[in-house]
Amino acid sequence: MDSQSIATMPEELDGAALPHAHEHPAFMRHHFEDIGQQREAASFGMWVFLLTEIMFFGGLFCAYLIFRNWYHPAFVAGSNTLDITLGTTNTAVLIGSSFTMAMAVYSAEMRRKGQLVLFLLLTIVLGSVFLGIKAVEYHQKYVDHHIPGMNFSIQEFVHPTNPKAIPLAPDMAEKTQLYFFLYFAMTGMHALHMIIGIGMLIFLVARASRGAFTAGHVMPIENFGLYWHFVDIIWIFLFPLLYLISRYR
Amino acid sequence: MTEKTKQTHQDSEVHIVRPPVYLAIFFALLVLTALTTGISFIDLGVFNAVIALAIACLKASLVVLFFMHIHYSSRLLKLTVAAGLFTFMLLISLTMTDYISRAWGMF
Repeated sequence: MDSQSIATMPEELDGAALPHAHEHPAFMRHHFEDIGQQREAASFGMWVFLLTEIMFFGGLFCAYLIFRNWYHPAFVAGSNTLDITLGTTNTAVLIGSSFTMAMAVYSAEMRRKGQLVLFLLLTIVLGSVFLGIKAVEYHQKYVDHHIPGMNFSIQEFVHPTNPKAIPLAPDMAEKTQLYFFLYFAMTGMHALHMIIGIGMLIFLVARASRGAFTAGHVMPIENFGLYWHFVDIIWIFLFPLLYLISRYR
Repeated sequence: MTEKTKQTHQDSEVHIVRPPVYLAIFFALLVLTALTTGISFIDLGVFNAVIALAIACLKASLVVLFFMHIHYSSRLLKLTVAAGLFTFMLLISLTMTDYISRAWGMF
């Protein structure tokens, strides 16, 4: 029915002539054909957002790649001041939080409210443990004067205490600031994503406990899951690049 | 390992991934993490970086395919992910081509 006929024949609008008679769930938007199309559109939109995030972190990865090749000795020396035990523990913790998030999506699909809230809370706990361990590592960098621009000291790189380390000339030792700048930029931006994620998780737990996602409307949980797994993937690449590939042997 | 729920749209039937799949991927990711940390203590020259990044790519693929359900998703979503990775690789390649051909002796 076009606008002309609506204007001239308003009586045809009531009853069966209406485009639809609200036989769909409340969470389905009117401009979608059905729930399947709505879920597909929501997933697609979320993935397009995640692609912009890949480009955002991609710039940092590219900078790391170029500067690591230019100032390789400084990047090796900087990398070896990181604590590989804490780094590996954090990787395992973050993978665990991705697992609990995946289980939260499953719980929402199965419409189990208690289980959904439990897995969302476990994800918050594991995410917070990750940030706690990261804070311990950041504090160690502060104690060692390895934060660029904040009383940065090249002492450890010119006169290394580690017997395996190769002493650097002072001009190359200064370039370790570039390694630590990238370290703080990359892990800091990753941590910021996790803090935002934990904020959203608290909001989702509040709504989930009122049953918002266990009556068929799983899309917010599923899309948040995509975000959380994406943050996990960023760490999966940060971990070998920052901690592993330049060890002294 | 997956159970299909009712088909709601011609292109996008909803799959629910079962917990055993998530558990298997979780343990695979933990084993690969232990493996990549272990290998980093062995001196393999340039292959240390190659192997570490290969394991990272494998781990990321497992997360994308199973935790993020792309293995069970429609062609549209598979193509979206592929297009994003392709664009990223393209931008990195163009930038590196520029650096390799200009900064003589630095690479």
